[in-house]
Formats: sequence, C-alpha cells, structure tokens
Amino acid sequence: MYRYIARRLLWAAVMFLAVTVITYIIFFVIPADPAVLAAGRSARPADVVRVRHYLGLDHSVPYQYGLFLKRLVVDQSLGRSFVNRRQVNTMIGEAAPVTASLVIGGAILWMLLAVPIGILSALRPRSLLDRTAMVFVLIGISMPVVWIGLVLQYSIGFKAGLLPNAGYCDMINPPQGADCGGPADWFRHMILPWTTFAILFTAIYVRMIRSNVMDTLGEDYVRTARAKGAPEPRVMSNHVMRNAMLPVVTMLGMDIAIALGGAIFTEYIFGLPGLGRLAVQSLQNFDLPTIMGIVVFSTLCIIVLNLFVDILYAFIDPRIRLE
Amino acid sequence: MVDVRRPSSGDALLDVRNLRTYFRTDDGVVGAVDGVSFTVEPGKTLGIVGESGCGKSVTNLTIMGLNPKTAVVSGEALFRGEDLIKASPKRLREVRGGEIAMIFQDPMTSLNPVHSIGTQLVEAVVLHRDVSHSQARARALEVLNEVGIPQAARRLDDYPHQFSGGMRQRVMIAMALINNPSVLIADEPTTALDVTTQAQIVRLMEALQKEYGTAIIMITHDLGVVAEIADDVVVMYAGRVVEYAQVDNLFESPRHPYTWGLLGSLPRLGAAAERLVQIPGQPPSLLFPPKGCRFHPRCAYAFGRCRVEDPRLMPSGASADHLQACFLDEETKASEAAKTLSAALA
Repeated sequence: MYRYIARRLLWAAVMFLAVTVITYIIFFVIPADPAVLAAGRSARPADVVRVRHYLGLDHSVPYQYGLFLKRLVVDQSLGRSFVNRRQVNTMIGEAAPVTASLVIGGAILWMLLAVPIGILSALRPRSLLDRTAMVFVLIGISMPVVWIGLVLQYSIGFKAGLLPNAGYCDMINPPQGADCGGPADWFRHMILPWTTFAILFTAIYVRMIRSNVMDTLGEDYVRTARAKGAPEPRVMSNHVMRNAMLPVVTMLGMDIAIALGGAIFTEYIFGLPGLGRLAVQSLQNFDLPTIMGIVVFSTLCIIVLNLFVDILYAFIDPRIRLE
Repeated sequence: MVDVRRPSSGDALLDVRNLRTYFRTDDGVVGAVDGVSFTVEPGKTLGIVGESGCGKSVTNLTIMGLNPKTAVVSGEALFRGEDLIKASPKRLREVRGGEIAMIFQDPMTSLNPVHSIGTQLVEAVVLHRDVSHSQARARALEVLNEVGIPQAARRLDDYPHQFSGGMRQRVMIAMALINNPSVLIADEPTTALDVTTQAQIVRLMEALQKEYGTAIIMITHDLGVVAEIADDVVVMYAGRVVEYAQVDNLFESPRHPYTWGLLGSLPRLGAAAERLVQIPGQPPSLLFPPKGCRFHPRCAYAFGRCRVEDPRLMPSGASADHLQACFLDEETKASEAAKTLSAALA
C-alpha cells in the first residue's frame, strides 16, 4: 500500500515536470513578447528592455524555468503576475473556491439527476421513460455549453427575472463593498451556472450509468443472486450497483479533476471570477506566472484526485490490489 | 396436445407438465420451450441433454421464474403439488435458493467479484432463515467444509478471484446446498471445468445427493456425465422432448435418431476416425421451426410423414416407460440403435 502510494507520487512528480516544461515551451514558442505587453502601449524601446529585465524575461528559458521551480519548491510561491504584480498564490486562492463551488455543486447536481435516471432507464429499457431520457441525453450532449448558458441567462435571468444573470457572491466572507454575500446569495447566483455546467455531464452520465447497469444486470452473478432468492431491491443494491458504479467512480474523479482547473465556458458566461476566467485573461495578457500557477494547480488537482480514485477503487473492488 | 406421461414410480417432487416458454423478439415469437413434460422424484437425478439452444436451460429458468420479462410461459411446474408458474414473486423467492437451488455453468462469472464468498454464502442463509449473522457464518463454514474447500475457515473471507474454477464451482455448490434444498438444478456445472475437475465435481454432487437425498436436475450436453449420475434422461431437441427414458434403457436401446446422433458423436479414444462424427446440419431456427418433425431436416431416416406430421412423445414398443417421438417402425429403430451402439463401443 505505502509502496504503491510512493510509486504513484514519484510518477506524479514526473508528470508534473513534464506538464510544466511543455507549458513553458509552448509559451516561449508563441511569437509574442510579454514584455511589450506588460510595458504598455506607449512604452519606448528602452522601457521595454527595462520591463523585460524587471520581469526576468531576459534570462534564458531553462534558467527561467529553473527559477520557477526553485521558487515553487523553496518558497511555495508561484511568483507575481506580469500584469498587475499581485501574488499568483493569492489570485489562485481567490479564484479556486469559485471554480470549486461551480464544479462540486455541478457534480452533485448531475449525479443526483444521472444516477436515478440512469438506473430507471436501465431497468426499463425501451420504456417511455427510457426513450424520453435518451432523447434528452442526445439533446444534452449536442447542445453547446455556451448556448445553454446564454439561453438560461436570457430566459430565466433576464426575461423571467427569477435568478441573477451573472456574478458571484462569496458564501462565507464577502469582500468589502460587495453588494451581496452569504450562503443564500451564493446559492441563488450559482443555480444557473450549476445547471449550465451540469447539463452536458448529466447527459453523459445518464448514458454511462444506464449502459453499465444494463451490462451488470446481464451478469451471471446477478442471476445467481436471484437464484438465491434475493428480492429485486437487494439484487440491485447489493450486487448490481457496486459493480456498475466502478467505472463511474473513475470517470467522476477525472471529470471533477479536469474541471477544477477551470470550467472556462460557464465561468466566462456567468462572469464567475474562477480559474477558467483567470486562465483566459492571463492567456490574453501573456501573463506567464499566472498561466503557470493555473497549470500547477490543475495538475495538482488531477494528480490528487487520481490517487484518491485509485485508492477508493481498491476498497470497492477487491480484485484490484495496491502493491 | 397433451403428451403421454411416463408411469412414475412414486410421488413426483417436481412435476413439469406441458411447459411452454415463448420469447417475443423484434423478429417474431421464439418458441424456446415448446411443450416439455417430465418429473423429478425425491433423491433421484434427472439428466436433460441436448445441443446448445435446445431449451434445456430455459426450461429450468422458467421453473425458477428467472426468465427475462419478454418470456411468455404456459403449462405447469408442480413442486410438491404447488404450481410454480402461477406462484407469486414472493413465494418464488422463498422457493429459489430455499427449496430449489441452482448452480450454473460458469463458476468464473457466477460469483459476485466484489463480495467475499463468506458474505455471499451468509446472504443465501439469511434470505431464507431467521438466524443471526454468526449462526449463518457458522453454517457457511460447515458447507464449505462439506464441499471440500481446504482450510475453509481461513478462506471464508477470500474473494472469488482468489479461487480456481473448480473451487469456485464447489463454492457455488455450497451456496446451493446451504439451505438443504430438496431439488438442485445444475445447469451444465462441469462444462467450464477441465476434465479432472469435472469428475471431482460430479463425484461431489453424487456424494452430497446420497447424504441429503437431494433430487438433482442435471442439465448437460455431456452424455458421459449423464451416464454417470442420472437415473432418468430427457433428450431435448429444438424446444421439445424427443426421448425420455431410464438411463439404462436410453443407453442400451436409444429410440430416437437424434439420440443415436448424440451417442455416435461421442469422441472415442483409439478410434481410427480422423474426424469426429457429427450430426449433419444445424439446429433449426426456433423462430421458424421446420414443419413436421423438427429434426427431419437433419435426420438420415426421415420419410414423407416426418415432413408433414409432428411426432408426439409415445411409449416405444419395447417399454411403456420409454418415451420417444419418432415415426420410424420399431424394427428399424432396434436395428439402427444396435448399429449405433456397436459403432460407439467399437
């Protein structure tokens, strides 16, 4: 068990290095000069040179990467933004809870919808419920997130005026001067983003759970359970679900991990100051430290959740031995 | 059409009468089981033989009420006089695993991979008996010992993947016998096992039958297993019973060309033949069964009547106890049966 975790962590470190190196290379391959951007529109060439030196961009790329690693490991610091000189750690610390609100709330919503619909569809294939569900799945998968977001914003937020159009309210301690705050406001502001974010995943998960449950229902051990005299609810809960949910756990872990790095479309549409919006902004500004910060954060999310899923898996499925 | 019945020697434990199981499919109605009758007596073994798809498994799943929802069932399956076909789902659950237990073909997939075998055995007990967990566990340990699992106490908490195929089938047998059922339905229990393990499992079932007086329905396509363990044999073809006799009668004077084919296709050690003998052709589609005798397209003896008229199960000339469904005259049958047997024994 410990050896397994140690090996996984070693792999994670290698993966981390690979991801950050590649991000660095991509950044410097792009033919744009971040110093010019940072110096501003009316800067003279001498100013640009000064800014380049100030930002450390006059060093070689490997040296800059080394410096980035050293700062990260020794000071646990991601440096300062090229654009506004704020600590990247602080910026990510502000944006991550927003994205986490969106992703975790969205995941709860899509699982609450997908698990019962998927199971019921699997139990009654070709029934009216199943057919209706499958039509909605097709629609859900086909609709672009951006379009769903705009439609919801326009219809429910603007026309009906039922929910706020956009913006984020801090749940626990809203910043001074904010016009809203607290759990109730937070929840109201999150309903439309959650819905937008969850629709695609609900569709995907309904289909996946349905097919997993159907496959599992055809397994010999399910027949064995029935031959033992087990009533149907017990067959489902004890024999079908645990096996059918194994692949779902993996997918859920991965989807949440990837989305924690920023649910770009949803955040952008609803003006949520999360990691996705931060990523778009920093990419537009060639703000290397912030980009690296987001890459580091989302890589960590993926590594940690992956490890968590693997360990969880070993508990659910005895065939998997962690050694 | 009601089949002629064999005179039974005592009270039948399970009396299956004119059982039909039809499946509605997109292409039409499939008559998987089409008027099957047989009886199982206490402590005796009934062998059901036939090719894949002849309806032998469906017959037994129907008795247990385990068919998919698309199945349409008629006929009777009287268990101690109670018709299981009409029984409520609740009553069927009591019967399943309690009074009638089943073991299946593939022990590798018939146990739930995420539960320890102890958990699965305990579940079988508590579903039928009002006992504490520790009592159920003690019973699980007891049956595991009976079926010959070495170090059973230590292995109770192991998972199915930690057992070999033969051991898993022993676990399946233990699970089936844990509530002392009066009927054990074994659906090709040895097919997925290697030959030495097959023999062990058959011997184990015989021993347990002797000890507990359990009646066994042995579904198989292995005539060797039937010869070894069965008292009576039902030969099925395309959803119908074509021959039904005591095991000795069946092997000494088979009365149906399909049975001759089955006996003739047994591989023999030392035989000079380069190829295995086989019954020509394929089993018919049950969606569009052939008119007349269902075996006639593959039968070397078919004549005009076989193509138009459906043979009923009738006592053979030799014995009222030996039922067969073939229009051939008795002399031809006797001589052909003798030829088949001498070839099979050569």
